[in-house]
Amino acid sequence: MIRVENLTKYYGKRLAVDNISFNVGKGEIVGFLGPNGAGKTTTMRILTGFLAPTRGNVWVADYDMSQHSLEARQHIGYFPEAMPLYSDMTVRSYLDFSSKLRGLDKNRIKNRIEEVVDICHLEEYVDVLIGKLSKGFRQRVGVAQAIIHEPEVLILDEPTIGIDPIQVAMTRQLIKELGKERTVLLSTHILPEVSMTCERVIIINEGRIIAEDRIENLSSLVSGSKRIRVEVEGPAEKVAERLRQIKGVLQVSYEDSHYIVECPAGQDFRGKITQTIVQGGWTLLSLESIEMSLEDIFLKLTTEEEASQ
Amino acid sequence: MRNTTTIALREFKSYLASPMAYVVTGIFLALTGFLFSINSVTYYETSIRGLWQTWGIILLLLISSVLTMRLLAEERKMGTLELLLTAPVRDSEVIIGKFLGSLGILTAMLALTFYYPILLMWFGDPDWGPIATGYLGLFLVGCTALAVGLFASSLTSNQIVAAVVTGGILFALWFVGMLADLLPEALGEVASYLSLSTYIPDFMRGVVDTRGIIYYLSTTVLFLFLAIRSLASSRWS
Repeated sequence: MIRVENLTKYYGKRLAVDNISFNVGKGEIVGFLGPNGAGKTTTMRILTGFLAPTRGNVWVADYDMSQHSLEARQHIGYFPEAMPLYSDMTVRSYLDFSSKLRGLDKNRIKNRIEEVVDICHLEEYVDVLIGKLSKGFRQRVGVAQAIIHEPEVLILDEPTIGIDPIQVAMTRQLIKELGKERTVLLSTHILPEVSMTCERVIIINEGRIIAEDRIENLSSLVSGSKRIRVEVEGPAEKVAERLRQIKGVLQVSYEDSHYIVECPAGQDFRGKITQTIVQGGWTLLSLESIEMSLEDIFLKLTTEEEASQ
Repeated sequence: MRNTTTIALREFKSYLASPMAYVVTGIFLALTGFLFSINSVTYYETSIRGLWQTWGIILLLLISSVLTMRLLAEERKMGTLELLLTAPVRDSEVIIGKFLGSLGILTAMLALTFYYPILLMWFGDPDWGPIATGYLGLFLVGCTALAVGLFASSLTSNQIVAAVVTGGILFALWFVGMLADLLPEALGEVASYLSLSTYIPDFMRGVVDTRGIIYYLSTTVLFLFLAIRSLASSRWS
């Protein structure tokens, strides 16, 4: 649905996006993660046709953005970073305006406005001037205009910035709902947001993609190993010794009355560990694999990046 | 075409929703009313020529630069341009829509001045021919002025800069005619042909000069075209 090939963008001499390529398949929700100034907004502006790339190609909804921008834009719902809106229009007239520009059929416009107003909980505000709305409600109007023409592709640039926690939760829920039928590319610099809403994540830093994988695979991608925390009632030295003897185990360490067993990613060692401990005649109190949090991954990736430079 | 209409209507309503249009219209009517009274009382002439020939046109140019300054500069500053340019709308539709929206307001303002000729009819027997062609001339000058203004507004995100640039271009086009007598004959003719002011007296006298119509329409098209190019080039920044 979204295809980016060797995309590069310079602003004058400043390099904002450096030769990135990625795909977003139909029906996927992909998080586009990176610190401020990483090139997320620039990439999204190129995807929506607001900016032209310096080099590289972009396809959205199977249309080449450089050749068939109008057709591609027809299929995109876009929520720009700061959600700029005409403050002198009412919510209804603004939605009417945007659905007309998106080529919605006259007879459908009224129904669709009612539907999106309902989805975004704007019922009480349809006839209020946008300039008089609070940030949270303006943000909902932004979502409403992005989905009013039922686009196949949704491009959302930091949709949860600057709104209160309840609305943030609502927005995330809404994005998840929308992602059931649509392709969503969601940019954010809030890590939990990605793990909460997305299936896959693309991490970008200083204009380059530094990691790209399904959320659950990311931790192994970073360390190349998986860690299991084991709590055992028994003599520390002996237990550690026996754990080290398990075939394939890379390292065992003991900290805070827990053993941390490091083993190669992609294999499940939990069974072997349980067996070893039971055979030793000790009591297994708990056993869990430690997932690296996105924060860990993110920090690790961005610092690795710097170290390698 | 549908997109153009949608954008034109939004622009037109946006004028009506802002106090600016009312202030401008009020001042425009007050000043033209003053000029009209002075001319009628001084020259006992039942025509609108004296009103529009010089000062009226200058007012029209100033008002056009005020009306158009926000059209793109404000959208750029507020960021709303981003949603407009990512909607499935051609750049030309954006420009022409905005042009028509502002032309709608200017036409309405000119229509409000119809009460001067109606007053003339009340007190005398005006010649309707020159009045009609005079208004046609004003409308055409207005088209050029608005197109120049829209172009200037496409260059910047600062409305004041847009208005000043518009005024600069329009008055340069106005003054270039003054060079006609100073320059060698051939060049002088070119200068006078290029001038915004050359064709106005004919329209006010009741003469519809094709050259004038062509001049105003082609400058309008030229500046609208430049505005479209300027808008398109902003994608390449």
